[in-house]
Amino acid sequence: MTAPPMAAGPVPASGAAEVRIEGLRKRYGRLEVLRGLDFTVGAGRVTAIVGPNAAGKSTLIKSIIGLVRIPTGQGRILLDGVPIDGGVRYRERIGYMPQAARFPDQLTAREVLALVRGLRPAGTPVDLELIERFDLEPMLDRPIRTLSGGTRQKLNAVVAFLFRPALVILDEPTAGLDPIASGIFKDKVLAAPRLGTTVLLTSHILSEIEELADDIVFLVDGRVIFQGSIPSLLERAQATRLEKAVATLMAGSR
Amino acid sequence: MTSFRRVLSSQLRNVIRSRWMVGHALLLLAVTILLLRFGGSGERALLSLVNLVLLLVPLVSVVFGTLYVYNAREFIELLLAQPVGRGSVYLGLFGGLALPQTVALWIGVGGPLVLQTVAEPAVVRPLVMLLAVGTCLTLVFTAFALCVAVLVEERARGFGAALLVWLGCTVVYDGLILLLLTTFRDYPLETPVLILTFLNPVDLARVVLLLTFDVALLMGYTGSVFSDLFGGGLGIVIAFGTLLVCAAIPLAAGFRWFGRKDF
Amino acid sequence: MIAGFLAVGVVTVSSAGPVRRLSDALALARPGDTVIVTAGRYVEAGTVRVDRPVTIIGRGRPVIVGRGDHTLLLITAAAVAVTGLVIEHVLPISTEDRAGIRLEGATGCRLEDNDIRDTYFGIYGAKVSDCRIEGNRVTGPARREQASGNAIQFWSSDRLTISGNRVTGHRDGIYLEFVTASVLSDNQSVANRRYGLHFMSSHGCTYRRNRFQHNGAGVAVMYTRDVTMEGNEFLDNRGQAAYGLLLKDISDGAIRDNRFRRNTTALYLEGANRLEVTGNRFEGNGWAVRLLANSVGNRFENNLFTGNAFDVATNSRSASSTFSGNYWDQYRGFDRNRDGRGDVPHRPVRLFSLVVEQNDPALILLRSLFVDLLDQAERVLPILTPETLTDLAPLMEPPR
Repeated sequence: MTAPPMAAGPVPASGAAEVRIEGLRKRYGRLEVLRGLDFTVGAGRVTAIVGPNAAGKSTLIKSIIGLVRIPTGQGRILLDGVPIDGGVRYRERIGYMPQAARFPDQLTAREVLALVRGLRPAGTPVDLELIERFDLEPMLDRPIRTLSGGTRQKLNAVVAFLFRPALVILDEPTAGLDPIASGIFKDKVLAAPRLGTTVLLTSHILSEIEELADDIVFLVDGRVIFQGSIPSLLERAQATRLEKAVATLMAGSR
Repeated sequence: MTSFRRVLSSQLRNVIRSRWMVGHALLLLAVTILLLRFGGSGERALLSLVNLVLLLVPLVSVVFGTLYVYNAREFIELLLAQPVGRGSVYLGLFGGLALPQTVALWIGVGGPLVLQTVAEPAVVRPLVMLLAVGTCLTLVFTAFALCVAVLVEERARGFGAALLVWLGCTVVYDGLILLLLTTFRDYPLETPVLILTFLNPVDLARVVLLLTFDVALLMGYTGSVFSDLFGGGLGIVIAFGTLLVCAAIPLAAGFRWFGRKDF
Repeated sequence: MIAGFLAVGVVTVSSAGPVRRLSDALALARPGDTVIVTAGRYVEAGTVRVDRPVTIIGRGRPVIVGRGDHTLLLITAAAVAVTGLVIEHVLPISTEDRAGIRLEGATGCRLEDNDIRDTYFGIYGAKVSDCRIEGNRVTGPARREQASGNAIQFWSSDRLTISGNRVTGHRDGIYLEFVTASVLSDNQSVANRRYGLHFMSSHGCTYRRNRFQHNGAGVAVMYTRDVTMEGNEFLDNRGQAAYGLLLKDISDGAIRDNRFRRNTTALYLEGANRLEVTGNRFEGNGWAVRLLANSVGNRFENNLFTGNAFDVATNSRSASSTFSGNYWDQYRGFDRNRDGRGDVPHRPVRLFSLVVEQNDPALILLRSLFVDLLDQAERVLPILTPETLTDLAPLMEPPR
């Protein structure tokens, strides 16, 4: 069998993906949310996007995943050097964990997993580790509406990592998880680069970021005010703790 | 295509299993049986069924459809984060809503009527027309529901907008026609009114059904335009064609908006 | 042989001879004789004149055929009876009322069990009295209205009995003008081009158990008093100018126990006065009763109205006819004292019917929710509908 022709968007064989954002702008009506972003998420690294509320974090993430449309001329998003350009198939390499997980009430978890599985090409490798570690197996055949919020969030995490994605995007991932599940999840994130997955996450919990992230993209008012590794941030802010460094940076940006 | 099928089948499963849809089918079933049992003479019962199909079916389609899409918002986002085109997701939603409602209509209204028909074969044609028109209205108002849910961000507003669409088609539009008729009563208004009737799916459905349900005789009174157009088989074909166009326009508009929407 | 047909005043017509034509037999027959026509097909070159009192009996349904350009049987004598014949082929002509059987000045005649097919007029009578027309079947060729005569027509006649006939495919099924004191019963008048029954200035006649169905314009009767119509059926008369029963200048009569079903307009009253309209059933009509303002003093009682788009329509705010004790399926009142009569009066005139009366195209809004809401509002707070046109004691249950 020959490989199928590529649709818009890159589908390289495997390995962690690099994301490049070039001059990205987005406005909702008169409100300018992203005001020209330029940065790179390094392949095989864990990058955290931090910033105050309404800084544009969600819009940025949704732009990468394609939920938010970027009109032509408003910047580019490149996955391994290839612009995504409103394509579809590039998402075969992306796992996404939205903030609030809501699945159709009447389906079972197994049906949801089968559905997302069915939307990928046949032969896509599957990673069931989180199901096992969250001990979700007994829950899989129950309708989603009977599952607790925590369980749904676990399912959400499972879906994000299910296909050994080259890039996984996590939006406030631990918000709904209990401490044990949270621990399991963090292990998964930390192990991701070794398994060929680049991680892009947002969080309000700075200790968590300190724990998980290699790099930080600091977003304020739709602009990047800092990008780099955590040590370089600490150094620049002349702080020992991330919290302090963030506060300093914020003050500086005003 | 396969991803459309998969999205559709998951939506179908979700909608069919919901109590709403079962409730809708049971409601139609109960009302139909009650009307057939206690609704007076056969003709009268059938005319009440016409109102059921003309009023309740669009109301449920547009309100249920709108609310369903708001409820499914996060799931739609999850789907869109998968390697699926927006068209597949949109059409999957539409099919997932329209098909079960059509089935509910056929079971709820068609079921009891079929039993009735065994005793009274004359009901076959009205029955077929009733179900065909009901199906068209389901398609039209499900398409309206998608438009509303795509365009209006806020759930409460969307609910209001859905009700307004229903109210507009069933009441306000006819009020405006009547106003037009009384204002310009000295002008020949048959043709303009006929065109206006064609532009509102509920009005068109009503006229098609009335002509089937033996009040056809009335139209003789209003002169040739109505009976010429609606009387023959061609008129029925045109009417159903127009109803499908009425569904296609909002469906296409919603498709476009859905494709451009930021979630 | 010859002795045989002279013996008891019987003349036999048969294709084997010796009398091979009905016209020949009539030339031979003496008053009081019987002419028996045996089975066969007899061609007559001209009108067969029956000018003496004889009885003509067809045995085995003999067919009398004309050339088409003449009336077939012309009866001018008294006490003539014609039974069992098949009369065929009279072509239309505009200058003359050619008929299958024509009666002129005849009295005490009897036409029974004849088939009259493909004629211009079927049975036509002028200045006739005390005749019975029973059990005949008059079937027209269903030509255009102008090229078609009436199935049964009488002019200036008295004391007729017309019953059990079936008339179809003609211009009017039954047409009477200046006919008095006659009874028409159990006839079926179906699928005629214009009217199933049409009469003018025919006083004191009674119509019972007739069926009028699928006629182009239904039944229209005019300029007559003392009409009784009982137990008739007016069915399926549809179209812009079709009426179950159109009454124009009809006074002092009774319209009782009739059934009106699926007509565009079931009962139309124009200048109709002092009629007693009782016990009728109005089912599934467009307009059940259209009562024009120039109709005065009519009483509507004990009628049933069900499944009609409009039960009563009128063109005026004042009403000078009364409605009482009818059953209305649109009545929404209650009966607390359990006397079978609703405690709240019923207003059968819908606001929408007034709108349509002035504005034909508005009819397309029939059964629209908006219109129904408007009607309900008007019922609660009547502004435009006639105040006096109310049923003060509507029935809670359908009569009988």
